[in-house]
Amino acid sequence: MVQYSNGRLDASFAALSDATRRGVLERLGRADASITDLAKKFHMTLTGMKKHVGVLEQAGLVTTEKVGRVRTCKLGPRQLEEETAWIERHRQLWASRFDELDKVVEELYRKEKIDGRKKRE
Amino acid sequence: MDARRESEPSPVKNPTTVERKSERELVVTRTFNGPARIVFEAWTKPELLKRWWAPRSVGMSLLSCEADVRVGGTYRFVFGHGASETMAFYGRYLEVIPNSRLVWTNEEGGDGGAVTTVTFDEKGGKTLLFLHELHPSKEALDGAIGFGEGLREMFEQLDELLVTLGASVGRS
Repeated sequence: MVQYSNGRLDASFAALSDATRRGVLERLGRADASITDLAKKFHMTLTGMKKHVGVLEQAGLVTTEKVGRVRTCKLGPRQLEEETAWIERHRQLWASRFDELDKVVEELYRKEKIDGRKKRE
Repeated sequence: MDARRESEPSPVKNPTTVERKSERELVVTRTFNGPARIVFEAWTKPELLKRWWAPRSVGMSLLSCEADVRVGGTYRFVFGHGASETMAFYGRYLEVIPNSRLVWTNEEGGDGGAVTTVTFDEKGGKTLLFLHELHPSKEALDGAIGFGEGLREMFEQLDELLVTLGASVGRS
């Protein structure tokens, strides 16, 4: 069983709940970028982008470094995979259970109709 | 605090939505193409539960499944993987409202296990199922899914996903 000891799971989930922030992560996966670059890319104000980057930084998904007047962002030490994997494992389990349950429901329903046991509604 | 992932839309299967509502809560929703009394029946008769609770794709089989579905009644599911590994899940039903609501405890983890609530909401011949797990602590939920090695296939699918993600998100 995979153990998650990292206390930042929730911050990461919150950070990932926003489409722009997911876009920023994807972008940074390709290359480091300055806040100005990112703001331009996502058609946002500098202040708006700073806020998003701040949330990502807090979650450990992004790190920033200021050199001169330019703040460069790069992917943080934390792995996005951990959160995605956690939710995905749960989803896979329930989805496969429920796909099987579909068959049971369908069968029972069909049987009920055939048997004419359908209750008056 | 809101992460969700839905299954790909498919012409055949209804999507299963899983969402971490908070540090201690997990919510799963799914629609079934049948009335609530049928879906409820499939959750409360052991011989029916046995057919879907441990899907083959999970790599575990349900060796035994006992469920005395009434308030105060107990359940015990024993899973097997390979010849020697078995794992038991057990607890008690706290609420049983026919065709509408089930609440049970998960006690295999010792004191203060999770409490699961399932509601069955029928609309136009279909049933919206809502499952809510409340775990005793954040850590308990973080580490949940106790299938151990048996999740082989799941992990394989997960690996594929990570490859996809790795391609777009990059370094790990």
